Amino acid sequence: MELKDKLIASYVAFENDIDTSSDIHEIRSKAFQNFEGLGFPTKKLEAWKYTSLNSILKQDYSLFPNKENSIQLADVQKYFIHDIDTYKLVFIDGKYSSFLSETTHDTFDVCLMSSALAKPKYKAVIENYFNKIARKDNLTSLNTAFANEGAYIYIPRNVEVEKPIQIINFTTGSEAATMLQPRNLIVVEQNAHVQIIERHQSLTSNPVLTNAVTEIFAAKDATVDIYKIQNDHKTASLIDNSYIEQKSNSVVSVHTFSFGGNITRNNLNFYQRGEHIDSILKGITIIEGKQHVDHHTMVQHIEPNCESHQDYKGIFDERSTGVFNGKVIVNKEAQKTNAYQKNNNILVSDRATINAKPQLEIFADDVKCSHGCTIGQLDDEALFYMQQRGIPEKEGKALLMFAFANTVLESVKIPEVKQRIAKIIANKLNVKMGFEL
Amino acid sequence: MSKYTEDDLEQELKTKEYKYGFYTEIESETFAKGLSEEVVIAISKKKNEPDWMTDWRLEAYRVWKTMKEPEWANVHYEKPKFQEIAYYSAPKAKPKLNSLDEVDPELLDTFKRLGISLDEQKKLANVAVDIVIDSVSVATTFKKSLGEKGIIFMPISEAIQEHPELVRKYLGTVIPTTDNFYAALNSAVFSDGSFCYIPKGVRCPMELSTYFRINEGGTGQFERTLVVADKGSYVSYLEGCTAPSRDENQLHAAVVELIAMDDAEIKYSTVQNWYPGNKEGKGGVYNFVTKRALCETNAKVSWTQVETGSAITWKYPSCILKGNNSVGEFYSIAVTNNHQQADTGTKMIHLGKNTRSTIISKGISAGKSQNSYRGLVQISPRAENARNFSQCDSLLMGNDCGAHTFPYIEVKNKTAQIEHEATTSKIGEEQLFYCNQRGIDTEKAIALIVNGFSKEVLNNLPMEFAVEAQKLLEISLEGSVG
Repeated sequence: MELKDKLIASYVAFENDIDTSSDIHEIRSKAFQNFEGLGFPTKKLEAWKYTSLNSILKQDYSLFPNKENSIQLADVQKYFIHDIDTYKLVFIDGKYSSFLSETTHDTFDVCLMSSALAKPKYKAVIENYFNKIARKDNLTSLNTAFANEGAYIYIPRNVEVEKPIQIINFTTGSEAATMLQPRNLIVVEQNAHVQIIERHQSLTSNPVLTNAVTEIFAAKDATVDIYKIQNDHKTASLIDNSYIEQKSNSVVSVHTFSFGGNITRNNLNFYQRGEHIDSILKGITIIEGKQHVDHHTMVQHIEPNCESHQDYKGIFDERSTGVFNGKVIVNKEAQKTNAYQKNNNILVSDRATINAKPQLEIFADDVKCSHGCTIGQLDDEALFYMQQRGIPEKEGKALLMFAFANTVLESVKIPEVKQRIAKIIANKLNVKMGFEL
Repeated sequence: MSKYTEDDLEQELKTKEYKYGFYTEIESETFAKGLSEEVVIAISKKKNEPDWMTDWRLEAYRVWKTMKEPEWANVHYEKPKFQEIAYYSAPKAKPKLNSLDEVDPELLDTFKRLGISLDEQKKLANVAVDIVIDSVSVATTFKKSLGEKGIIFMPISEAIQEHPELVRKYLGTVIPTTDNFYAALNSAVFSDGSFCYIPKGVRCPMELSTYFRINEGGTGQFERTLVVADKGSYVSYLEGCTAPSRDENQLHAAVVELIAMDDAEIKYSTVQNWYPGNKEGKGGVYNFVTKRALCETNAKVSWTQVETGSAITWKYPSCILKGNNSVGEFYSIAVTNNHQQADTGTKMIHLGKNTRSTIISKGISAGKSQNSYRGLVQISPRAENARNFSQCDSLLMGNDCGAHTFPYIEVKNKTAQIEHEATTSKIGEEQLFYCNQRGIDTEKAIALIVNGFSKEVLNNLPMEFAVEAQKLLEISLEGSVG
């Protein structure tokens, strides 16, 4: 059975199983109808011109893994940023694992989407924020239709969360193929501050398809830092849809580190609803084999005096494919906007491909908008210089590549995350170096 | 001195009317409206074309019937009704003329009002002009001196009669009839255009030039241009247009094919000033053009365009860099005002080794217009050491217009070096203030800044043409450019 038909067939059972009486039911059924009409995106759609999902849609995914799967902390500890104390929200095959999680707190809410959707305590927040900015496109609608579990984070006014929150989705591989659709909601109230680390990890090489949707609301003066670490097995595919709404004076940064996975698609959308907002979108992509990473960013400047900064670096080896599609929209009212977009790529192999489409749509005249996109190689002279001084070619190349990607790493605020990424990069480049920071 | 603010400028831009709006009364012979196989055959008959040409047109027509209009461009307009267009219009047959004195005085007057004096151009500009009034060439100058060098420069309809082997060999090789909707339409119904052949090793001694005019109300104009530069030759080709003010939308779907063989160089410059519609956005020309060049080994093709007219512009002059070491260049200024919409750019397809391309695109939008750059840079797996530099700058005037950039970069070779940058800005208050301080009034200052902004492109136009281009820029942004 086609995946689409399978999803359609299982929808009624899913709804009956959860509940059909709540307000969410209506949102779900609307989204479901939407998906039913649209189906999965094809390459004929401009937004999917360079990314085909055909190969991963062929798998016979298990939509609701039944068994309760437990995993030992020792087996998965390496996937956590474990050298610092953090809050943890851990999901195993889409189900919350209270054993691995750590959410004790009293000043803010870190809990499960399923309970947030069900309990009256959270009703006001859900009504105000749930599914408000998520786009009604095919994959987001699909996620909304099956929205049930995921992270729910609510940070009240003036609260500075003292340690980062990790959200980790494990797939055990107990099924031949698994499809997961986590749904996250993060609301950060006025002057609050939070750092979130997000990771999707499969524990075997059984195919996984994750279609995640995260909605983030940053109120006035809020600061939100998101780090997405994508270093999964090469059989796992990820479609990560993030929607971020910012109010005046807020600062939101999203760092995406894409090293693993089969097909990875990052849809990152920013809506600036206020003045003096800063949005930061950065990413490092280092892939090889037949991997495919597609960064699809969109920043909509709606009101005046805001800024956005984008910096994406990519290194592509073997037969990998990289896509960067960055869109900056400046509305008529958004005067004095400063929008910067940078995308630099290195092709290491003759069979690697990069498709870039940095896009500007500008309707206001008093703005400073620029984008730059380059595709090139490592500097032979720099490499020669290092070789002259006794640094072997491989290490020299790795150093140059690390330096190339470092502008993105520099702005990571958690040192342990920085170190972890540096380690993964060293691993990726097959060198035993620390890249002292 | 009264204070000249940007609001004043906007006001002026809004109220400015098309200067070249007039209509020449010449007896025309026009086909009934509509398109069918019969019409295609009739056009071919009218032109006294050989059978292969008729078949070629019919094939294109059959393909066209199965095609849909492209809708991906960032322009919005009422689609032309293809059955309500007359597909052939020509001034009534007149005896062939040998000198300008024999040309219809009314026509000569038209040219004078356009600022193109043939005599003057003959003497001063050293330009051979192949004038096209509504699809049929009526005067060709300098043909003789070109003939001495073996250069063929004539209306394509005549070329089909006189040099069928050349036309047949190259027509449709760069842009096949099946290429796109408008190219197919053009292939089926094109009435005339220019054909140019430069023999091996010949450097064309003068700029070749064609002036296009749309004249008869309600007729679409479908020009076909074919330029073939044989090995080691050089030619600079100019194309320029103005159209009279008309209310109904006029369709213009031209096809231009350039073939630059080994070591040849073609410089193709365009100044386009079709009627852009009035300030409410009514009327105006739809300009859907397909232009493409094929570059063989060591060949170079350079497209330069100044686009100021047309209600809708849809145009992507492209280079297929097939041969090793070939070079493609694209320099463009696109000015949109009032309700004009432009979606223009280029495609650089790198196939050969060491191929290089440069893209410089300057967009100026004012009024309620929308100006888009859309470009593709494609490096194929075998194009070693390909190099591309792209720069797209936009200048916005006023708060109702938009500037958009849609660059596509597709690279499949690791030795490629690609740079793309784009900026959007307005004329800075500081810049104006600086000029004012030094005694330059605001109007002149704006002219200075716009000129500076466009300079990189204007510099690439041939001398004679740069003057005309500047004139058109001035008219398009009248009041702002001194």
